[in-house]
Amino acid sequence: MKRCFTSSLTALALAGGLALVWAPAQPVVSAQSKATATNVPVIPHEPVPNFFKNPPGIYTGENMGIATDSKGNIYIYHRAYETRLFQYAPNGTFVREIGRGNYGFAFAHSVRVDAQDNIWAVDEGTDTLVKFSPEGKILMTIGRRMDPVFAIANMPGQGAFHGRNEKYRFGRQTDVAWDQQGNIFVPDGYSDGRVVKYDKNGRFVKAVGTRGSGNLQFNTPHSLATDFQGNVYVGDRGNARVQVLDNDLNWKANYPNTGNPWAVCVSGGPGPKNPGKQYLYVSNSWQDSAPAAGAEITGEVYKMELDGTIIGKFGRAGKAPGEFATIHQMDCRDPNTIYTAEINNWRSQKILLKPAAKSSAN
Amino acid sequence: MTRTFKGFVAAAMLASGASLTAQSGAPEIAFDSTADLLKTNTDGPNAVFVGEVGGVGQDSRGRIFVYTRTGHPYATLADNRTFQRGGSRLLVFDRTGKMTAEWGQDVYGFNAAIGLRVDPQDNVWTIDEVASQVVKFNPDGSVGLVLGRKPEAIGVRPAAPPAGRGGGPEAGRGGPPAFPPGGPGGRGNALPGSGTPGSTFNRPTDVAWDKQGNIYIADGIGNNNRIAKFDKEGRFIRQWGSTGSENGQFRGIKSLAIDAAGNVYAADHGNKRVQVFDADGTYKSQFTGIGTPLTMCMTTGATQYLYISHSGDADGMEDAYIQKVGLDGKVIGKFGSAGRLPKQFGLANSIDCRNENELLVGEMAVWRVQKIALKK
Repeated sequence: MKRCFTSSLTALALAGGLALVWAPAQPVVSAQSKATATNVPVIPHEPVPNFFKNPPGIYTGENMGIATDSKGNIYIYHRAYETRLFQYAPNGTFVREIGRGNYGFAFAHSVRVDAQDNIWAVDEGTDTLVKFSPEGKILMTIGRRMDPVFAIANMPGQGAFHGRNEKYRFGRQTDVAWDQQGNIFVPDGYSDGRVVKYDKNGRFVKAVGTRGSGNLQFNTPHSLATDFQGNVYVGDRGNARVQVLDNDLNWKANYPNTGNPWAVCVSGGPGPKNPGKQYLYVSNSWQDSAPAAGAEITGEVYKMELDGTIIGKFGRAGKAPGEFATIHQMDCRDPNTIYTAEINNWRSQKILLKPAAKSSAN
Repeated sequence: MTRTFKGFVAAAMLASGASLTAQSGAPEIAFDSTADLLKTNTDGPNAVFVGEVGGVGQDSRGRIFVYTRTGHPYATLADNRTFQRGGSRLLVFDRTGKMTAEWGQDVYGFNAAIGLRVDPQDNVWTIDEVASQVVKFNPDGSVGLVLGRKPEAIGVRPAAPPAGRGGGPEAGRGGPPAFPPGGPGGRGNALPGSGTPGSTFNRPTDVAWDKQGNIYIADGIGNNNRIAKFDKEGRFIRQWGSTGSENGQFRGIKSLAIDAAGNVYAADHGNKRVQVFDADGTYKSQFTGIGTPLTMCMTTGATQYLYISHSGDADGMEDAYIQKVGLDGKVIGKFGSAGRLPKQFGLANSIDCRNENELLVGEMAVWRVQKIALKK
């Protein structure tokens, strides 16, 4: 509020139709790149046909986010006429809508389910994280929708990078994840270039990162996952790498060989910690503009050890079942059952991996 | 002892015309909070979610009115202009916090809730900072009076289409605007609502009334920085104020309150003070030491007090509290802190103090109304 009313731009714009100044256009982000990893074994995979079933009159639009809870329910956060959050039963049947018409929904980006089965919607249109109880009540929000007066004065805007780095506001944040203590990690985002840590009550702890290509620099941190040790895996999309940070957001490693990570996922779910081995999945997604030239070099998902060792890959760009366009988020609670949310295909898929079967490299 | 001494200092400073300075030693007032007061149906297609609370108030029957930013502000494309609609709703709850009704469904001027007050006759007044309107609802929910006119169009110019096909990830986010600044479709073509004389508001924030029913509007946090006075029928009487930091000037008026003697108290947010005027707008005094005021509420007992909320940061997450203040500016005590937990205040933008020791507090940065019970 203070920001709004002290903004001379806002005041001028409202005062008398004065010309607004817009930020210079951002350079176009480089085209999706081919992964540099070679001789990667193919993991056989198959989609469950027509898994998600909507009743008449219920449609999903661009499927931006997908997540499962501990009971096997599936949540899809998508952009239709409105941005909407749907819940599906473990068998893929539509159950209900969550959060309809709340102030935090404008432009879906991702959804995650925490260890208590709370559902967190990440909305890049409102710069807001909305935490829902399993019953669908709003328990907490972090970030704030831009004041309408300020938003109007800033239009048309391009959602470009601004690097404001505010403690309690985001610049089109992209994702959310938690460590075993409930601390909250947010990659932020398109208009900031950082990773922010909050405690479980939403109190700011720290933020790291600036825009750039060095370590602890980000060019659209687009997806984020944590492991049971509290390490943080950031899909640093524009820099074509996964950056690994420790729990205090110190830099640990880069995994630079699997293309531009649109979506990252660590298997095992959000906890409580289980004894299962964890894997990292990284999607080198076909661009959402779906250029024909990109289809041959993108669209595959990599399965990796947490140390970055590539185990295999599956999938390719396309629209047929089992192909992907454009994976925007994955759920890998079960390392052999991958749910994919796809932008261009207006769908999500349930993908079964057959890791036991030996396959030849392609 | 301490209080007596401070009171003496305060009186002396007021007498000499000086401003009070920070009173960091104000005692803490013990209190409890019911932070999950409001209950709405959150399931299915008819779900209602309370969002940022622009204003909360209670009528003599105990009904609680909440003017909240929820749903979505829409822009509608039209001939060369863009029209805005939606974004706020007026919800009605019973005294236990159960939602019982909605008023003003789909009205023209509900865009960005910034305030709500209930007058002594149980009329409900909403203040909207994007429509720049103050609307009076009768106790039956019908519209009784409209002050100000919503700007017809908003300054939205379309962005350029993405440069070429396949313009990078999530294309369409780059590229220059299609029209130069001030070009077609811009606000330059759209006159703001003209309103009735004296009611061309720019982000009004609050409304108050004197015993005669005259209406005072805080106008506001745009660039008018004035207080406008109307009679009870909405006829313009006078205005005062301008932008600045001198006596009678403002840098964002966030709230108004009127005491039993008819004095007008204005929360001058940017100047971190409250200014006091008589009913004709003549400057009388001011006091500081109340932080950066967001909203005020005047109690109605024999001895009147002001509850004044403070937030030192833009989101109420680091430095915030509510204080009880005498009409001489002396801080009696304070309660609460910054944040989103119960008993914390993330931008307390609205206070109802119909009952001096049982407050309703609406917040902007946390989507709730807290019912506050102050312990004596």
